[in-house]
Amino acid sequence: MAVNDTLEGTHKIHEEAAAQRHGQLMPLLNDFSQELTTLNLGPTHPATHGIFQNILQMDGERIVSGVPTIGYIHRAFEKIAERRPFYQITPLTDRMNYCSSPINNMGWHMTVEKLLGVTVPKRAQYMRVIMMELARIADHLICNSILGVDTGAFTGFLYVFQEREKIYEIYEEVCGSRLTTNMGRVGGMERDFSPVALQKLRDWLKTFPAVMKEFESMFNRNRIFMDRVVNVGPISAEKALNYGFTGPNLRAAGVDYDVRAMNPYSSYEDFEFDIPVGTNGDTYDRFIVRNEEIWQSLRIIKQALENLPEGPYHADAPHYYLPAKQEVYKNMEALIYHFKIIMGEIDAPVGEVYHSVEGGNGELGFYLISDGGRTPYRLHFRRPCFIYYQAYPEMAVGTTLSDAIVILSSMNVIAGELDA
Amino acid sequence: MNPQESAAAPEAPVAEDPIKVQNARVLALLHKLFGEATFTDVEEPHGLLTVTTTRERIHDIVAGLQQDQEIKFHFLTTMCGINYPENEGKELGMIYHLHSLTQNIRLRIKIFFPIADPVVPTLTDLYATANWMEREAYDFYGVIFTGHPNLIRILNVEDMDYHPMRKEYPLEDGTREDKTDLFFGR
Repeated sequence: MAVNDTLEGTHKIHEEAAAQRHGQLMPLLNDFSQELTTLNLGPTHPATHGIFQNILQMDGERIVSGVPTIGYIHRAFEKIAERRPFYQITPLTDRMNYCSSPINNMGWHMTVEKLLGVTVPKRAQYMRVIMMELARIADHLICNSILGVDTGAFTGFLYVFQEREKIYEIYEEVCGSRLTTNMGRVGGMERDFSPVALQKLRDWLKTFPAVMKEFESMFNRNRIFMDRVVNVGPISAEKALNYGFTGPNLRAAGVDYDVRAMNPYSSYEDFEFDIPVGTNGDTYDRFIVRNEEIWQSLRIIKQALENLPEGPYHADAPHYYLPAKQEVYKNMEALIYHFKIIMGEIDAPVGEVYHSVEGGNGELGFYLISDGGRTPYRLHFRRPCFIYYQAYPEMAVGTTLSDAIVILSSMNVIAGELDA
Repeated sequence: MNPQESAAAPEAPVAEDPIKVQNARVLALLHKLFGEATFTDVEEPHGLLTVTTTRERIHDIVAGLQQDQEIKFHFLTTMCGINYPENEGKELGMIYHLHSLTQNIRLRIKIFFPIADPVVPTLTDLYATANWMEREAYDFYGVIFTGHPNLIRILNVEDMDYHPMRKEYPLEDGTREDKTDLFFGR
């Protein structure tokens, strides 16, 4: 009895307290709502896919404000580049957007070629286009499949990562490395496509569309996925331009700016492709634009492969393009050039060049000032990530934490490019 | 196929003319809007019109070009600092790249100012994207942007007490002797 009494008594006390609270709860809750929680998202958070920190002020699940901190993997590339001969800068560009290194490599080579006035043969230009478009596909595949992972769909990621692996195998056949490719040289490619590389490329072109279709059918009209991404983190075209957006993120907002079409380089004018644009620049649009760009890249690769011209795969620029190794062993001139290039003894002409390519994330620009020395006097990289990531707080404010992760993922912020 | 057959369009003399015409048009617009005396050192390296102006005018010019309806320089592509230690009184500089997306015209504007007084008006009121670019220039070169909402370092650590991209800071330790190479200047 005594126990029951006590229990009943306790219940009563709880009920009374609850009733009492109920009356007081509203004002109390209002007070709580004024109190914000500070949440440290990153720098090493598995959902941010890279090392950057966001200090978020949270009101419950809503983000009130965010302060991004970047620079965790800053490696002072612009400073290092001031002491390196041009060919030694290519490995630095690898490490910017490491999801699509060949685009960075080619962009840098083209910048130097523009400064030197070297004209690259058509075959090398087409080879570059093939490699750059492969890199774009790899880049977009990662971005979109990781977006799937962040919304809880792991399967798509596993399906397409196999295809990305095959792209890396093609890289391997073409240049010998996979992630930080250091592909090509100033003046062209370092070697021709081997029969194995061509075979791998052709096989991949046959198998990939089916996988991509499967990936799209899993996501594009998936109710669960759409509920997570439609109208999440939209940005208007005006705002996107004001924030310096380029690439798929800008095109998702409805602006059809593509460097490949507006300032064609490396023979992009020879190819037929469409520039997909979105309407309201939300996460779903970014996803769809990237998917569509993959199809367009495939179109470009097919055209380039079909019409791959015969001829040399590099320019006749002995001062900048390393001679063939067997020549170096038996030919005096080749030996001299080899030595001078490797030792960085060749002075570049005085001049300044801005060259931009359409990177995986947008306009990747190289601003090179040469004072006539062996190294650049100043080299500035226009890194698309660095420029558009500053819009992230504005896009994330007012959303929930899970949406903020999805927005970050869909912007495809690559830490290497962000911090350079 | 030989390399001559594939001469790239921008290098060919025939294709250079429209670029020259275009640049002349932009220059005429600049002169009309801001006066001829505002711009010095007009160059066209590799077809990109480059003008030099003063830091007093840079904000007006970028704002004027943004509002201009003729060519519509609505896009700030990038900006970066530069350091020429031997240019007395003009040691530091800022270089702005503007782009008209509607007509596909690029424009490069440079300003130079003394390193002892590295104060430049901010462009953050015109372009949201200028925010981090200016923080980067502050971080690397110590350029002070008046009116910037949050001028703190961006890539380097906050307690760094110098601006590393200035030429006075060599990349390698200058006192090292084991790497001296008399023949190749390293």
